Order: sequence, then C-alpha cells, then structure tokens
Amino acid sequence: MNPKLQVLPLLAILSLFFIGPIIIIFIVSFWDYTEFSLVPDFVFTNYVELFGSKVTYSVYINTLKFAGISWAITLLIGFTVAYFLAFHVRSLRWQIVLFLVCTIPFWTSNIIRMIAWIPVLGRNGLINKTLLSLGLIENPIDWLLYSDFAVILAFVHLYTLFMVVPIFNSMMRIDRSVLEAARDAGANGFQILFHVIGPLSRPGIAIGTIFVVSLIMGDFVTVQAMSGGQSASVGVAMNHKRALLQYPAAAADAVILLIVVLTMVAILMRTVNIRKEL
Amino acid sequence: MTKKLHHSGDKNSLTRRSVLRGVGAIGGLAAGSGLITGFPTIWAQNIKNVTLRQFGTGVSNINEIAKKVKSDLGFTLQMTALDTDTTAQRVVTQPKSFDIADIEYFTVKKIWGAGNLQPFDVRKLSNYDKIVGIFKNGKLTPTSKIAQGTAPHTVGFTESQTSRDFAASETNWYTLVPTIYNADTLGIRPDLIGRPISSWTELLNPEFKGKASILNIASIGIMDAAMVCEAMGEIKYGDKGNMTKTEIDKTMEIFTEAKKAGQFRAFWKTFDESVNLMASGEVVIQSMWSPAITKVRSMNIPCVYQPLKEGYRSWGGGLGISRNLSGISLEAAYEYINWYLSGWVGGLLMRQGYYSAAPETSKKFMSGDEWGFWFEGKAAKDDIIDPFGNKLEKAGSTRDGGSFYDRMGKVECWNSVMKENRYMVKKWNEFIAA
Repeated sequence: MNPKLQVLPLLAILSLFFIGPIIIIFIVSFWDYTEFSLVPDFVFTNYVELFGSKVTYSVYINTLKFAGISWAITLLIGFTVAYFLAFHVRSLRWQIVLFLVCTIPFWTSNIIRMIAWIPVLGRNGLINKTLLSLGLIENPIDWLLYSDFAVILAFVHLYTLFMVVPIFNSMMRIDRSVLEAARDAGANGFQILFHVIGPLSRPGIAIGTIFVVSLIMGDFVTVQAMSGGQSASVGVAMNHKRALLQYPAAAADAVILLIVVLTMVAILMRTVNIRKEL
Repeated sequence: MTKKLHHSGDKNSLTRRSVLRGVGAIGGLAAGSGLITGFPTIWAQNIKNVTLRQFGTGVSNINEIAKKVKSDLGFTLQMTALDTDTTAQRVVTQPKSFDIADIEYFTVKKIWGAGNLQPFDVRKLSNYDKIVGIFKNGKLTPTSKIAQGTAPHTVGFTESQTSRDFAASETNWYTLVPTIYNADTLGIRPDLIGRPISSWTELLNPEFKGKASILNIASIGIMDAAMVCEAMGEIKYGDKGNMTKTEIDKTMEIFTEAKKAGQFRAFWKTFDESVNLMASGEVVIQSMWSPAITKVRSMNIPCVYQPLKEGYRSWGGGLGISRNLSGISLEAAYEYINWYLSGWVGGLLMRQGYYSAAPETSKKFMSGDEWGFWFEGKAAKDDIIDPFGNKLEKAGSTRDGGSFYDRMGKVECWNSVMKENRYMVKKWNEFIAA
C-alpha cells in the first residue's frame, strides 16, 4: 500500500480537530464585535488594541517569568530524578517501580493537585501552623499563598514529571560503554555528568522543555487559583476576554501566543535535532 | 376552543383538576386564598404537550421549579443554567434557542434593542398589582428615593408590543416580569475583626492589609469600588451606575494604589472562591453574595452580611419571553409566569434569602417563623432550614440588615451597564494585571 495513504487517517483527524479550529481562530481574530455579537469583518483593531495596551506587555513579561523560573526548577529536579533512576537504580524492576511512584500525583486531576496546596500554604495552613507552634515565626507568613511563589510552586509540582519522563528516556539510551570509556580516559564523576551524560540527554531536555514551556505559556487555571486572581498571565487575560464575549479579541491573543510559543519551539529545535537523536 | 386566556377564576374546575392530580391540599389552599385567578382551565389537555425551554442564571434555575411546574401546570419546563454574560449573549445571537430567558435587569439594557424578546401584556399578569413598587415606579414606598444605576423600573417598560426602546414610566408593556432580587453588601468575619464595621471605607482600611478581597467581575466590582471611593470622600459620582471616564480613572487609580500596597489577599470570580477565602480566614472583609455568607455560616464559622451606612448595592432578575412564542406556547408561558408569581417559587427563593417580586403571595408558602425571619427581620423562634433541608440559622438569630424594608429601603445603587462600559472593562483589566 502506498505509505502516503497510511498517513491519511491521522491527517484527516488532525485537519478536522486541530488545523481547522486554528484556521477558524485566525479568521475570527480579524472580526469585529459588539457587546453581544460577532461581526464578520476584516479589521485589525483587535491586534492594534492588543499591541497598543501596556497590559499586554506586562502580562507577557509576567508569563515568561513564570515559564523561565518554573523551567529552571523543573529541569534541575527532573534531571536529578531521571539521573537517579537511570544510573543509580540498577534493576529494571526497581526502575519501573520508582518511575510509577513518580506518576502517583497524576492519579488525581490537575485542579485537585493545585487546590490541595491551599490548606497547606494558607495563613492558617499546615506550614504556618507548624512554624507558629514551633515558635519559629510570630506572625503567619503571607507570601506562601496567593503569590508568585505559590504559582511557581504549583507549576513545578504539576509539570516536573513532564521533564523526568523524556530525560529518563534519553538517559536510558546512553550506551553504558560510553561512560566506561570516559572513566577509562580519566574523567571524574562530574566530568562524565557534564561532558557525556548532559549532552547526550539533550533531546530529552528539549522535549521536556517544550512540554513545560508550552503548558505554562497557555495556562490560566493555575495562575488564577494560586495567585488568588492577583497575577495575570496571557491565558488569564485571554480567558477574561472570552468570558466578556470578546471572542475576536481573545482569538487575536491566541494567534499571537501561538506565534510566540512556536518561535520559542523553533529556536529550541535549532539547538537540538530531536528527530535525528531520537 | 378559544385562544383567549381564561381569567374568570373558575373555582370548580380548578379544584376538580387539582383533586384529580391528587394535590387537593395545595389546590384547596390555592382556591381558598384566591390564587386561582392565574390558572386557566381551557388548555388543561393541550397544554400538557407544550415544552418551554428556559435558560438563565443559576440562582433561580433550580430543578425543583421544573418539577413543580409539571405537577401544578402539567407542561414541561426544560431548564439550563448559564452565567449572566452567556445568557445575554444567547438571547441576542440565538433567539430560536429559548422560549423563556431568566435575565438580570442590567443586561436588559443591552439586549432589548436586539428585538428578540416580546414584552408582556400587563393585563394578562394576574399578580401584577402585588409586584413591589421597585419594579414599577422605582419606589419601594411612596417616600423612597430612587437609587442610582440601572434601576429595574427604568428598563421595565416599553411603549408598544414592537418597541425597542424603554418607556419613561409605567405602561401596559412589561419587558421582564421581575422574579428575584436582593441587596448586596460586604461580608465580614466578626471574630477576626473584633470591632464594629459600619462603612464601605473599611474595605481599603490599612488595618485589613492583605486580608481584603473584591470580586473580579468588572461590572459588579466597579460598583463596589465606587461605593468605597464615595464613602471615603475621595470621589463624588454623578451616577455610580453610569460613570464618566474621569470617574472610572480615579476609582481605578485609588484601587490600583491599594493593590500595590498589598491591601488585597485575592480577587475572586466564583461563588466557591468567595466562600473558601472567608471560611479559611485568608480574608476578613470582602465583596460577597448573600448565599455565600449563609454557606460560611453553615460551616459554623461566624460571618456577617454587614449592613453599611452608605447603603446597599442591589441586583434583580426577571423572566423574558422570546419574540418567537405564539399561540398555545405563549399562553403556556403566561400561565407559567402567573404561577411563578403566585407564591410557591417566591417561598422557595425567600427561604434562601432572596426576595420575591410579589412577596405577599409567598407568605402562604412559608411558615410564620420563616416569614418573620426572612421578611420581617424578626428573631427566629426555631432553627431556620432552607428548602433543600440544610440548617441555615439557629433559633434566636436575626437576619443581617433586618427586615425587607430596612434592607431594600437602603439601596444606594443598582447593578448597571455604563455608557463607557468598554472603557471601564479595559481599565478594570489593567487594575487586575497591575
């Protein structure tokens, strides 16, 4: 059978449910709107208003800040966990068991995992109560909840696994004889880590980065809940416009966000050829 | 068969119908109390095949109402609960998707012009004379002053069956039949504040730094903000419900400054968020809705819907009918709406803390103690239980703010849509992102 035909079912599904909606969003972003209706048109007002508002820039800076910090932390934790699983745990059985342990938090929904932090971090929450009763603090620490700290904590908690899995996958593919060769050539542990394992894990890191960054760039639920509605992200702003029935404005937001995220992914792809290294 | 609605109040046939359905007790009560004027009889058979599709905000789209309609009136009512904005949008953009829309008065101002709703003929509303003055001339009592904002009576009437404008005073054509309304104020945690609170200014009092919250729904949040700014003496508004750009700028400036100084713990968007903030003690003073207060109190956490000297911010909703309704469906809609105001639904709503547009008809569907507590502001003799069986208040407690006339008589401003709405929303978003 012609291999091109075999691609057809997937292509059909993707066109219908993925490419189609994106094209519609793109078209709608040029429409006009009144308070209660969409007006098919070809205007640039949505984009002009978007780029003309200083809120847009502060919101993007804020979102990039969340993405950047969360990425660095998830990478550090993800790499460490994957390294431990791949190189310190010797038996395959224990690797699988421990890997499954990592996925336990994913047995509940995103929202539950996020909201579960509230009784822990709150003013009368677990941490503050413990610190108060130990006499370590006199007044509850306010910045634990409804703050940027809380948002980043939730992101790290939610998305670290997305970093662990691909990095672990890359590390498992590293030929153990390469490590032995490095050792024989006189490299110490750190040199092996930075000059051998690190570079060879790059595809995993790149894939994990794509997951984490794109998830965070588009998030609105976590930011809304964990910042107590006090912080804005691109997703929050977009969702707000959607709720106010300003669909064309929200669509313009979505188009710009898509371009920004695709650009980030494209830059990433330049540094790592994922397809070649998989 | 005539297509005219039967109004004569044929007691015999009503009682017979009711007995046949085995609801003799209620039917007898209704007949005995003169409620029957709204119940036509001619349609009894055909009307059972009618299905009315209603959508609207969650507060009054309760399934119990649909069940009761089936047993009392015989026809089917399908209910869909939506949020305020979606309801309004569907009325405008999908006029064929509904028969009855449950909408808030302030959105009527925006949607009436689309022409997808038809006005009610007041002569066919059997309980029209029992509807309170707020929904007729804007005055609760003859001496009341009319509040600012989109007061329901200003968008309540239209000149003719086809008019897309509002009439200046009472006419024969009613845009919506009012059903539910209430007076909103700030909710507080008296145990964590420990002193009396009497003014809207307290929301921005530095004493509550990091412990205050305001709701993040622009059209309502801006009103609460305006109540605060005016109480502080910072801004004197021409009409808080219709601010000028300068007034919007100044209001948002004061609130942005407070936000940057760390006054707010959070901004809430949903009912549950407001309950959690208050119940956990994260917030001690905030914008709140009445059932949220009840919810916090039912967890045995002290929470007061604090009456404030500057007055309340109020809201109201009503039922509108689609322009597409005619014939037997239209008659069924009138029958439904007359039934709605005849007391049973009113009782259901009032026992949750809302008010009915025709409160006196609800009295028969509430115990003397319930009526005394919810409407007259008297101390409860017994525990107060809501229609769903939850205990809301202990014996001996009184309603915050007192009686109906104490609360609705002190309305300073109604929820509204401003001329500068788009500008306001933009400024509000800047405040949230600041």
